[in-house]
Amino acid sequence: MRTLHTFHGGIHPPEHKSESNGRPIAQAPVPRHLVVSLRQHMGAPAKPLVQPGDKVLKGQLIGEPAGFISAAVHAPTSGTVTAVEPMTVPHSSGLPDLCVAIEADGEDRWAEHSPIDYKSASPQAVLDHIRDRGVVGLGGAVFPTHIKLQVNGKLETLVINAAECEPWITSDDLLMRERADEIVKGIEVLQHLLQPAETLVGIEDNKPEAIAAMARAAEGKGIDVVAVPTLYPTGGEKQLIKILTGKEVPSGGRPYQIGVVCTNVATVYSVHRAVNLGEPMISRIVTVTGNVRQPGNFEARIGTPVDELLQLAGGALPDTSRYIMGGPMMGTPLPNSGYHVQKASNCFIAASDSLFPPEPPAMPCTRCTHCAEACPVNLRPYELQWFIRGKNFDKARAYNVFDCIECGCCSYVCSSNIPLVQYFRYAKSELMERDREKRAAEMARQRSEMKQQRLEREKAEKAAKHAAAAAAAAKSETAEDKAAKQAAIAAAVERAKAKKAEPQNTENLSPAVQAEIAAVEERRTKSGEAVNEEA
Amino acid sequence: MSSPHIFEGHGVGQTMFRVMAALVPGIIVYVIAFGPSILVSLAIASITAVAVEALMLKIRDYPVKPFVFDGSVLLTAWLLALSIPPMSPWWLIVTGTVIAVVFAKHLYGGLGNNLFNPAMVGFAALMISFPAYMTHWPAPMALTSAHLGFADQLSYMLTGSLPAGMDVDAINMATPLDTLKTQLHLHHTVSEVLRMPIYDVIGGKGTVWIAVMYLLGGIYLWRARIITLHIPLAFLGGLFLMAAFFYLKDADHYVAPWFHLVTGGTMLGAFFIATDPVTAASTPKGKIIFGLGIGALTYVVRVLGGYPDGVAFSVLIMNAFVPLIDAYTQPRVFGHVKQEEASR
Repeated sequence: MRTLHTFHGGIHPPEHKSESNGRPIAQAPVPRHLVVSLRQHMGAPAKPLVQPGDKVLKGQLIGEPAGFISAAVHAPTSGTVTAVEPMTVPHSSGLPDLCVAIEADGEDRWAEHSPIDYKSASPQAVLDHIRDRGVVGLGGAVFPTHIKLQVNGKLETLVINAAECEPWITSDDLLMRERADEIVKGIEVLQHLLQPAETLVGIEDNKPEAIAAMARAAEGKGIDVVAVPTLYPTGGEKQLIKILTGKEVPSGGRPYQIGVVCTNVATVYSVHRAVNLGEPMISRIVTVTGNVRQPGNFEARIGTPVDELLQLAGGALPDTSRYIMGGPMMGTPLPNSGYHVQKASNCFIAASDSLFPPEPPAMPCTRCTHCAEACPVNLRPYELQWFIRGKNFDKARAYNVFDCIECGCCSYVCSSNIPLVQYFRYAKSELMERDREKRAAEMARQRSEMKQQRLEREKAEKAAKHAAAAAAAAKSETAEDKAAKQAAIAAAVERAKAKKAEPQNTENLSPAVQAEIAAVEERRTKSGEAVNEEA
Repeated sequence: MSSPHIFEGHGVGQTMFRVMAALVPGIIVYVIAFGPSILVSLAIASITAVAVEALMLKIRDYPVKPFVFDGSVLLTAWLLALSIPPMSPWWLIVTGTVIAVVFAKHLYGGLGNNLFNPAMVGFAALMISFPAYMTHWPAPMALTSAHLGFADQLSYMLTGSLPAGMDVDAINMATPLDTLKTQLHLHHTVSEVLRMPIYDVIGGKGTVWIAVMYLLGGIYLWRARIITLHIPLAFLGGLFLMAAFFYLKDADHYVAPWFHLVTGGTMLGAFFIATDPVTAASTPKGKIIFGLGIGALTYVVRVLGGYPDGVAFSVLIMNAFVPLIDAYTQPRVFGHVKQEEASR
C-alpha cells in the first residue's frame, strides 16, 4: 500500500455515476453529416487542407497543426467535404469557429495508416508519429500530447489520471473496465518514451470494477494502480499529483518541473491506437446522461451531432431545457443540442430544471468561509470576491486569483449562492487584458523613444554633414560652380511649378471616396496621438 | 449560466435558523432556572428586530422579503435578549435591539458588511447607558422565596409594577460573577465567597446548566459544519490560561479557571457570539488569534475592569482587529513556497 497524501478542501457532490455506468460501451453508428472543428485542442487552430467538394478518406489529414502548440485534425470517416467555414462549436464563448463539414459516403474507408514500432524507432520519431495523429489530452484541457511528452531530464513519476472525479461522467470508468489491456499498452509506450522511475494510475475508489480491471492488466508491467479516496476535484492534475506523490506543482508551473508527467487515461488509450495501430484520434468514448431515457456510454466519431447521441440514449425527456458538455462542476453550458462531438467532449448531460435547479439569487457574503474550507488551492474566495466587486484587481492578483483552477467548489458550497467562479473568471480576463494593454503601451513607448533617438541622430548627422560640406564649399567654390548651382536650383523650382499645375490623383473623386480618405487621415492622426499618449 | 451547474449552498437563512435551533436547549434550561420571562424578552427583541430590519431595508431600497427571512436579524435579536437580564423592562430590550439593527448593522451596509457584532453593540450601549438595569439579574428560582409567576413577570416587564408587598431588591440579585467581584473587594477569600448559596459546585446555581446547554449547542454547530472549533477553543483556552495563571499564583484572590468557563457569557460568547462569521477573523490562524484575544480580554475586564462581565467588550475590541489579523494570517496557497507578503 502506498501512503497517500491529501490536498486542502474538496467537496462530495452527489455522484450520479450509476445512471450511465451500468451498460457496456455502445458503438455509435457513423453519422450521415459530420462537423469537425479545426480548434479541438489548446493552442492555434489547425490549418484546413481540404476544400468543399474534396473527397476524403477515414483518418485522412484535413487540418495541419499551425504553430508549436497546435494539433492535427483528421477526417472521422470517408466522404465528401461540403463546407469549410465558421460554424457553432461547443465553447463557452458561443463564438463560431472554423469547421470542416463532411457528408459521409457510408463506406467508412480507411486512408493508408501504419503503426510505428516504438521500441526500435527514435523517441522523436514516436513523438512525431503521435503528433501527426492528432493526439491531445482528453481530460479536459485538450493539450497536445506530443508536447506534454517532451521532457528533458529525469522523470520520477508518470501519473495516469483516471480519477474521473466529476459527477455524472463515466466514460473513463467504462473504458478501463472494457479496454484495460489496450490502456496498459498505451502506458507502456509512455514508459518507453519517458523512462519514469515509477508509474502510477490514480483511480477514485468509487470505481471498483475499473480498479480491478486495471490492476489485472497492469500486473507485472511496473505499473501501480492506486485507489484514491473519492473527493472532488481529485482528478485535477495538480491535486492528483499531490495525492499520489505529496509534491506540489509550483504556482504557474508545469508538472515536469517536479519530475512528473500526468496524462489522462483516455489519452493513453489514444496513444496506444495511434502508435500500435496507426489510427489518428477520430473517435472517443462519450457519456450521454442526465435527463435522457437510457443513459450510457458511446464510442462516437468526432463530429457526430449531439442530437444523434441523445437519440441513441433514448432521447432527451420533454422537460429538458439545456445541455452541459462535460461534468456539472466544470462543464460548458450549451443552450441546445445543435452541436457536434469534439475531442474534449467526454460527456453530454441533458439538463432540466428539476435535475439541475437554477441557483437561487445571490445574497451578500457573510464570510462564513465555507468557500475557503472547500478550496483545493487554499485560496480565500470570499476575500477575492470582495476585491473583485470593488474592482480592486491588483489586490485580487495579490491574493492569487491566478492560482484558481475554476473547479467550482467555492460556488458549490457558498451559503449565499454567490457565483464566485464567475467573479474569478472575470478578474482573470480583466487582468490579462490589462497586462496586454500594458505590454502594448510599453512597446509603443519603446518604439516612440527609438524613433525620437533616430530622428535626433539623423538631425545631428545631417548637421555635421552640412557643416562639413559648407566648409569644403567655402574652401573650393568658384564663381563658375556658383552659377551652375544657381541654374540647377532655378530648373528644380521650374519643375516643381509644372508639377503643381498637373492634376492631382486625389482631386475630382466621388464624395464617398473622399470621405474614406478623410476617415483614413483622421484615424492616422488619432493613432499617432494614441502612440504619443502612451509614450 | 456557466459552471458549476450544481449547488449545495443551503442559503443564509438555513444557517441562521440552525444556529437558533442550537440555542433552544440553553433557552429551555434558562426557563427552568429563571422562569418564562426570557421568552418574553426573546419575543420583544424578535418583533422589534424584524420591524426595524424591514423599515431599514425599505429606507435603503432593498428587497425586504429575502433579507428579513434570511434569519440574521432574528439571531441578532436572540443573542441580545439572551445576553441582557431576563425580566428587563420592555423599553430596554427595544432600545438595545434598535441600536443593534440600525446602528451596528444597517448603517454599516447591512448583512455581511458590519464590522462589529450587532448584538454586542446593542449590549454595550445598554451596559453603558443603563448600568443599573443591566447588572441586576433576577435570582434563580431555586434561591428565592419571592417567587413570581409568569403573569407577574410579564406585568413587571411591560409596566414596571410588582405585586403588592414585593420590591425589586427582593427578586433581583447580583450575578455569580458580580457577587464574587464585590465580595473579593470586601476582602473575603474566594473559598469563603463560593460557600454563598448562589454558587453551585463550580459556578452559579442554575446558570451552570445553561452554560452546559450552550456548550452542547456549540458542539452541534461544529458537527453540522456551521462553525469551526478554532474560535471557541481559542476563546475558552485564552480565558482558561489567564485564569489559571492567576489562580496558581494566588488561589485566595483569584477564582479557579473552570469557574470562568461556566459563568457569565463565556459559553454563549465562545460558540454563538464570537463565531459570528461576518465580524470574526476568517483565516484558520486568524481565528485562533481572534479567539485567544477575546478570551484573554474577557478575563482582564472581569477581574481588573469595572464591569461584571467582559465578553461583549472583548468581542468588540477584537472585531476592530479583524481586518489586520486577516491580512497577516493568509494561509499558504497550493504551489507557493511560503505565504506571500504581497497580500498586505
